[in-house]
Amino acid sequence: MFYGTELKSRLMLGTAQYPSPAVLRDAIAASGTQVITVSLRREGPEGGAFREILTESGCRILPNTAGCHSAQEAVTTAQMARELFNTSWIKLEVIGHADTLQPDPFALLEAARILCADGFEVFPYTTEDLILGEKLIEAGCKVLMPWGAPIGSGQGLSNPEGLRRMRAHFPDTPLVVDAGIGAPSQAAQAMEMGFDAVLLNTAVAKADDPVAMAAAFGQAVAAGKAAHDAGLMPRRDMGHASTPIFGMAELA
Amino acid sequence: MRIDLNGQSLITQAETLAGLLDEQGFDAASVATALNGAFVPRPQRALAKLTDGARIEVLSPMQGG
Repeated sequence: MFYGTELKSRLMLGTAQYPSPAVLRDAIAASGTQVITVSLRREGPEGGAFREILTESGCRILPNTAGCHSAQEAVTTAQMARELFNTSWIKLEVIGHADTLQPDPFALLEAARILCADGFEVFPYTTEDLILGEKLIEAGCKVLMPWGAPIGSGQGLSNPEGLRRMRAHFPDTPLVVDAGIGAPSQAAQAMEMGFDAVLLNTAVAKADDPVAMAAAFGQAVAAGKAAHDAGLMPRRDMGHASTPIFGMAELA
Repeated sequence: MRIDLNGQSLITQAETLAGLLDEQGFDAASVATALNGAFVPRPQRALAKLTDGARIEVLSPMQGG
């Protein structure tokens, strides 16, 4: 449950960098996603067509504060987004470093406190740091979104052990791996580890065929979730014959 | 007076934020506004007085990740 909303598809899809609005529209449909992220920018001439795609998609809108580098900027952006999209959901991004696009944990927490107190339902883009996660939950966040790898890098899960610890530490908090996913196998890996959803953008938008890739990610996320729910076998250090020895002929 | 609208300096006759949106041809229902870095909700735009050098941001939905 994400702030009381049950989602059948656990893929959340970004809407940036697609080759055309038509491809974006088809990719959203092919992915099966129910949640798409959007941003706010200075009003330009192409605004109308994009608004139409958002409405047509039937998806829930998760506005973001992408590009904000201070708590104040992020809070103002969130307030503007709430009015514009008529939703209290906000993907809270406060970027601390221009090259790694790593979240600024201090400004993130400050902004999360302000927004939660103001009635927002905050999806904080965070690291796998457990103490930061605890403080965000104390601030009122009911979802955490740890990064897989730097935004747009396509590196997959840079720190799988850290993410595993985070999953174990917050068993009852919905956790969404956000950013850095480059391939469907990486999305499936996150879901197999028990994450509740995956959020990605570039891996679909920059594929040779974004619509086909959107479908591939949709399937991978569904497969990873089904695998986690089914219970993966324990890992073993040594081989273990799967065919029974009993009844074996003596032929030597 | 001279103001800054979405990073562009311009002269306006408008006295309020609502007046400015009207003057500049924005669709007031499909944008969100900030004055000097602070959010101005739709109902308060008519009360938000512009002053010389004011910085106004008029934002709309855009592709994002």
